[in-house]
Amino acid sequence: MFSGFPLFPEQASTFAARVDALYFFLIAISTFFSTLIATLLVVFAVRYRRRRAGELPRPIHGSIALELVWTIIPLVIALGTFVWSADIFVASRRVPPGAMEVYVVGKRWMWKTQHMTGQREINELHVPIGVPVKLTLTSEDVIHSFFIPAFRVKQDAVPGRYTTAWFEPTRAGEYHLFCAEYCGTKHSQMIGSIKVMEPAAFQTWLAGGAAGSPAQEGEKLFQSLACITCHRADSQGRGPRLEGLFGKTVRLTGGATVVADADYIRESIVNPTAKVVDGYQPIMPTFQGLVSEEGVMQLIAYIQSLQQPGAETTVAPAAGGNKIQEGGAAPAPRTP
Amino acid sequence: MSTHAGVPEPSGRPGLPPPPERPAVPVKEPVNYLTVAYGVKSWLLTVDHKRIALLYMFSISIMFAIGGIFATLIRLELITPPGDMVQSETYNKLFTMHGVVMVFFFLIPSIPATLGNFLIPIMIGAKDLAFPRINLLSWYIFIAGAAFTMYSMLAGGVDTGWTFYVPYSTQYSNTHVLSAGIGIFISGFSSILTGLNFIVTIHKMRAPGLTWWRLPLFVWSHYATSLIMILGTPVIAVTVLMVALDRGLHLGIFDPALGGDPVLFQHLFWFYSHPAVYIMILPAMGVVSELVQGMARKQIFGYSFVAISSLAISMLGFLVWGHHMFVSGQSTYLGLVFSGISFLVAIPSAVKVFNWTATLYKGSISLDTPMLYALGFIGLFTIGGLTGLFLASLGLDVHVHDTYFIVAHFHYIMVGGAIMGYLGGLHYWWPKITGRLYPETWGRVSAIIVFVGFNLTFGPQFILGYLGMPRRYHYYPEEFQILHVMSSAGASILAVGYLLPLVYFTWAMRYGKRASDNPWDARGLEWEIPSPPPTENFLVQPVVTERTYQYGREEEAKVV
Repeated sequence: MFSGFPLFPEQASTFAARVDALYFFLIAISTFFSTLIATLLVVFAVRYRRRRAGELPRPIHGSIALELVWTIIPLVIALGTFVWSADIFVASRRVPPGAMEVYVVGKRWMWKTQHMTGQREINELHVPIGVPVKLTLTSEDVIHSFFIPAFRVKQDAVPGRYTTAWFEPTRAGEYHLFCAEYCGTKHSQMIGSIKVMEPAAFQTWLAGGAAGSPAQEGEKLFQSLACITCHRADSQGRGPRLEGLFGKTVRLTGGATVVADADYIRESIVNPTAKVVDGYQPIMPTFQGLVSEEGVMQLIAYIQSLQQPGAETTVAPAAGGNKIQEGGAAPAPRTP
Repeated sequence: MSTHAGVPEPSGRPGLPPPPERPAVPVKEPVNYLTVAYGVKSWLLTVDHKRIALLYMFSISIMFAIGGIFATLIRLELITPPGDMVQSETYNKLFTMHGVVMVFFFLIPSIPATLGNFLIPIMIGAKDLAFPRINLLSWYIFIAGAAFTMYSMLAGGVDTGWTFYVPYSTQYSNTHVLSAGIGIFISGFSSILTGLNFIVTIHKMRAPGLTWWRLPLFVWSHYATSLIMILGTPVIAVTVLMVALDRGLHLGIFDPALGGDPVLFQHLFWFYSHPAVYIMILPAMGVVSELVQGMARKQIFGYSFVAISSLAISMLGFLVWGHHMFVSGQSTYLGLVFSGISFLVAIPSAVKVFNWTATLYKGSISLDTPMLYALGFIGLFTIGGLTGLFLASLGLDVHVHDTYFIVAHFHYIMVGGAIMGYLGGLHYWWPKITGRLYPETWGRVSAIIVFVGFNLTFGPQFILGYLGMPRRYHYYPEEFQILHVMSSAGASILAVGYLLPLVYFTWAMRYGKRASDNPWDARGLEWEIPSPPPTENFLVQPVVTERTYQYGREEEAKVV
């Protein structure tokens, strides 16, 4: 393939080859059936062309056997393809344990990314080869979509909720990052690059330019927003204790339960009275507008880092962050 | 339920089309639906389904031309990677209005409101639709909706994409979202009324002896289409209303800051807009079923399978909307369910393609224009349908979603499918509608140009999409340029293919040769009445004794 006229995108993640295999299979199926139909149409149109005006061919009413054949064969192919494609999809939703976490916030018209070690980037994301990377995405305004063609990965960033995606880069290089969901005037300029580096080079890159980690930044926010006055570690506050909370099932007023994942904590910050923990009063004010989406993500990282008393409260976000996606599912749509 | 066109105006000017030129020896012509009355009023107040069909045809042709101009500008802009012809704001408005006009004001009404309106009463042996006045009302509603949308274009345009995704459309766009939304809301009622009219007509007004299993397949497919129209369209109306309330009154239905959910909009939108694709393609399938039989002079292979597959498509089509949302944050489980059903909806479409192909076997095949369009339809629809499998495939859709792959796919269905079907049907029934023949050679030339131009326009877009080119991009990376240039070149050929029929149809209205009652020697009630038909269609109530399409029995077959 000469460079000016590519036919297939580069393969730079563990998904790429799997997706391409299915793609080539479907191209083969499509080529077979469209060639079959086109050939039959042309052959019939020539072979049975009208030779004399007024000729009347012998009627053929149909054939149950043929109908069954061309119902069942496509059905088997379709269901087989379904299983194959579902297998890839489920794998793309199940984040492997130990994945490196990255927060992504979409905003008209830029991508802001933040590593757990504190590096922040705009319209860029540096990742190492051979390490699964988990993205937690949200948006500050409209819906965006984080799309890396070379990885065959795409995930919408939706305001008001977290979505997740993951990938494992396999080849060093620089790859396109596109916004794939139309987001207004400069949608086509909401682009960037993914820089895949050798692990050693990535470690060098990580060494420079780190601000505080999200959990550390979150801790500062936790104090400056005075969250700490109610959510006290000694269980004497007016709000529930947050140590060891992340990923646990919480009982709510009214008897329902909810898993304290990133989405629940986000909701509790911006809309505290929506789901109140059993035994507490709905007295928490909303922090909507007082804290940015990145700030909320930092608070979540901090809460995630809070261990049970006794355990070390070191910041180890990557290790504890996998409860969210154990079910493999992004949060189900909520209706207003 | 008899109907009459408007009262003749004494001083009426000639209407459309002009009266035939008088031969040297005046022959007394029977009055038909075109000559029964003249003048603007006789058209604007008509309750004749045939005249209303022409009103629609005229209106949607204008809308198609407008949508086509937007498409031309888009393709011109995309010849070069940087956005150097228009501003990004303008580009976004162009693709939005191209989509809005083509989807809501051309494709959805295209075949049902024109050919369906004209042919359904005739095909079932009725004098008109069940509710002639409601039929006229639906056209006025359509015009009112189109007027609102036109207003929003002239006032500055809309830039939300035809999908109106929230919260962009409710909170962020500064363009004329409300008036465009009102236009779509209003025109939806035109669609509902048409669907209602068709369903009642098909149920209640079939000629004696015309049982369900004797109905022409064109009628079956319109029945299936009408079900979608009346069940789906109210949902888009409600959805557009919610967008208006959110935008105007900040109700927060879709605003996460107020407890709303932007993804809910996508569920509601696609609950209608996916079935709407079948509103566009099912009537075209009905047309092709007629064309294949008429031009091969042979009854359809597997009549009941083709008929029932239309109903299967319209029912299953309501259960697949979530396949537009695999990466929206919808749960994995929902994704699996929607993907599985999407694979199932491919089966009845495949059954139709195989049956059309089998119908040609041992036929007497004419390669006149309608057949060329029908063959083109089958080929392009096959590609469009097969590429639908790529999109139904969960793991693969994640990559191609919102890229040019999907743009190519739905143009293969809507343009390669629906418009090819519409053009093929127009050529086939043109002699019946106008009483004149179109120039056959030009017809064939246009069909071939459309086919070639179409493939050159949209074929490269599949490759572009898989390479990762996102849709709705004003600027794009340079490596995509060659494919974009190919696509734009194809679009210019396609434009010629669409302009040709406009020219020769207009010419043929006045100068075309007079058509006989049954120029294709085809079967069906519409070919047993004069061309053009009289206002009441049938002077004597027809009685049907067998299935349509009796192209000769075994013993009378003239060739083997």
